[in-house]
Amino acid sequence: MELAQIIKLLDCQVVAGAEHLDLNFDEVFAADLMSDVLAFTTPGSLLLTGLTNVQSVITAHVAEAKAIVYVRGKRPDADAVRLADQKGLPLLASPLSMYTACGRLFASGLKSHGDREGL
Amino acid sequence: MSDEVLFHREFRVMGGDFSAAGSVSTQIKSILQEIGFEPPIIRRAAIASYEAEMNVVMYADQAVVRLSAAPNSIKIEFDDQGRGIADIDMAMQEGYSTATPQMREMGFGAGMGLPNIRKNSDVLEIASELGKGTRVLITIFTE
Repeated sequence: MELAQIIKLLDCQVVAGAEHLDLNFDEVFAADLMSDVLAFTTPGSLLLTGLTNVQSVITAHVAEAKAIVYVRGKRPDADAVRLADQKGLPLLASPLSMYTACGRLFASGLKSHGDREGL
Repeated sequence: MSDEVLFHREFRVMGGDFSAAGSVSTQIKSILQEIGFEPPIIRRAAIASYEAEMNVVMYADQAVVRLSAAPNSIKIEFDDQGRGIADIDMAMQEGYSTATPQMREMGFGAGMGLPNIRKNSDVLEIASELGKGTRVLITIFTE
């Protein structure tokens, strides 16, 4: 699914990386614990999180998640936005809860790698 | 392929410096990309070094990080001065943690660090002395 469609689906505002909205996603990983993101994310995934500090962007960069949606109406802090601009990583802010955001993405056919491992 | 070192560089990580946490690992990732290693190898090295860097920031006073890249292996050594690890077997268990609330606010400190490092390393060596420090040597084979 194109990032532009995900933005509509989750009522997102674009906080950084507006030039990369043509990115495509097949998989999603959702967590507030960055170690779980590092352990379980598939490269190329969309990351949903409520953690808004710079570690969320570093974690996405290291784990090769290609965009971040911040849920629960949270917005990334200034350091996070600065680093995302440097790395060309789109940051989106959604007013939806984690549960609802995940539900909408799942209903649209996006899956999580962990499901295939029976997690 | 040879084990002759192509690239060696040292970095420093300061304990408690949460604002810079992750900067060494992102540099290591860039260097490995420039050298031209395969993306899955780079990703494993970056994840292992990021968790190790967070451990230094959270628990140690400071550390020297030594990156050595050879055609057949990448070695990343975190040599820290700090409190050390009392029980390495315990620290290797998922979920075991001595983190503070501030560390948890950063999205870390849930007892996943060393298990994640082990998962992404081909060889993981850890030696620690209480009150002195910890040395973590991550080896990743490139083929």
